[in-house]
Amino acid sequence: MLTAFAILTDGLVYAAYLFIVAIGLTLIFGVMKILNVTHGSFYAFGAYGAATAVGIYANADWPAALGFLFMITLAMLVGLIMGIILERGLLRLVYGKDEVVIVLVTYATFLILEDVIVLIWGAQSYAAYQPMVAAGSIEIGDLVLSNYDILLVAIAVVLAALAYWALKYTRQGRLLTTVIFDRETAAAFGINVTLVYTATFVIGAMLGALGGAVMAPKISVTLGIGVEVIVLAFAVVAIGGMGSIEGALIGALIVGICRAAAVHLAPQIELFVIYGVMALVLVARPYGLFVRAQPRKI
Amino acid sequence: MITREKLAGGLAFLFAAAAAPLAPEWVVSLATIAFANALVVLGLVVLWRTGLVSFGQALYYCIGAYTVALIVRWSGFTDAFALVALGGVGAGIVAALVGFLLARYREIFFAMLSLALSMILYGVLVKTETLGSTDGFSVSTPSFLGYRPHGEALGLSLYWFTLAIDAVAAVLVGAYFRSVAGSLATPIRDNEIRVEFLGVSVTRIIHTKVVIAGVLGGLGGALAALTIGHVDPAMSYWTTSGGFVFVTILAGAGSVAAAFVGSLVFEMVRSFAVDIMPGLWQMVLGSVLLLTILFLPDGLGSLVARLRKREEAKP
Repeated sequence: MLTAFAILTDGLVYAAYLFIVAIGLTLIFGVMKILNVTHGSFYAFGAYGAATAVGIYANADWPAALGFLFMITLAMLVGLIMGIILERGLLRLVYGKDEVVIVLVTYATFLILEDVIVLIWGAQSYAAYQPMVAAGSIEIGDLVLSNYDILLVAIAVVLAALAYWALKYTRQGRLLTTVIFDRETAAAFGINVTLVYTATFVIGAMLGALGGAVMAPKISVTLGIGVEVIVLAFAVVAIGGMGSIEGALIGALIVGICRAAAVHLAPQIELFVIYGVMALVLVARPYGLFVRAQPRKI
Repeated sequence: MITREKLAGGLAFLFAAAAAPLAPEWVVSLATIAFANALVVLGLVVLWRTGLVSFGQALYYCIGAYTVALIVRWSGFTDAFALVALGGVGAGIVAALVGFLLARYREIFFAMLSLALSMILYGVLVKTETLGSTDGFSVSTPSFLGYRPHGEALGLSLYWFTLAIDAVAAVLVGAYFRSVAGSLATPIRDNEIRVEFLGVSVTRIIHTKVVIAGVLGGLGGALAALTIGHVDPAMSYWTTSGGFVFVTILAGAGSVAAAFVGSLVFEMVRSFAVDIMPGLWQMVLGSVLLLTILFLPDGLGSLVARLRKREEAKP
């Protein structure tokens, strides 16, 4: 019973993390049809930015409660700047090329940014545990839960609700939906697709950085953290269906629970569970759970 | 035109073989690795002609290498000819199985699924304590049909052995490119449905290409394992695949020869760049990749084609 409860809570926390990193990736893919490998860099920069922010904050004599907000704001600012520079400076030049070629462009950018991290922050790792410690923990029965983990789940829920509301009930969201559905027709109806692209990419970048920022207190911020994120986020997004927000949510939940179950019941298969689930889903539904079959254009 | 290309290729092969005894030992070993990796790149070129990129070619590379290493470790059998052949066969079998899943996908899904598969192998190897986990284990020196060279002679033998396999692979892949299935690569890239209207199964052609690329990857890995004398899970890591993709894009899908030249250039640049600016290797790699995509989308091979066109335009 305790194990089942532990699996459920661990799974939810992991799913929250996966959803936060996957939503930016799926948004950019849905609108721009770009699989953005640089998302891993956004995550890494977000985490490093947050670690720096926590460092500054711990030295200054400010109230502890605001530290978390300061950390998130700084990380998202990093994401904003990187998003604008990349979209306007580079991606704009390669729109219209093969999807795979654009993946390679983002891959090349990812490689460059990995070394930029070394240039800015050096090769040592950073710890940013203060917010996690400050948040404390609660006990439910025999199980100790960190308040920070609960906050993480809350952030994921808020993000999901916000995305749902923005896409369904705001003017900009409706415009975005038309672009997702058919870019050319949307442009023909006078929607400024260029602007939508830039906005989407920047929002996606900020979400990636946010993912890094909220995870920074839980992990050791070190080189190479961006890589794992790309593969994980892709697995989540592929299960749910590329470009689908609700798909990312369901994908994150499936992967999160399965991984937690593996960690508690059979730790040695933890690494393959995610890919195993992905392979199973894709065998049954080749393009993910939430994507309709596309008619092939001749 | 074809005969001229074949002549040039043959001469380059003879030159590469004859120059080796005169070159310093480190150049020979560097070239051996480069020509072993060139086989993997050749496999990626086969896929790239249909517009497919595999971000997980290291899967086959690693399987080829581990097949060789495990056979040597468990049976003490060291004949290079049989070992490398078995490495290719092992990777080919895996590619044939994986191909059933992969051949249904194109573009991003193809690339990322390959990546996921190679990372599964990486995960398995890292967790397997009996195979040395992340450290891997070493491979004892090979023999060639009873001939057991040591020291410098071993390096040269491996180099010539690799070169011979490369030549055979180059001729066979060249023949495949000129066959009906091979010539359909560009049409499939341009418009798959029209190719199917010709009565051809695109899925089957792509499955074949996955297997060809897998076998080539396995051969490359097997040769690399013998040359380096060591295998470790990093052979299956995504950065290894990334390096192969990099050379493929740099070389372009235009010709078989480009894969070999590209691989040699890549290894040379890498050994110098790591010496001169060790921390910035990835940045150099990324920048060159970006510049190639932006300004030379058909790769270095297209430069030769461009020169030739200019030559023909002259009266």
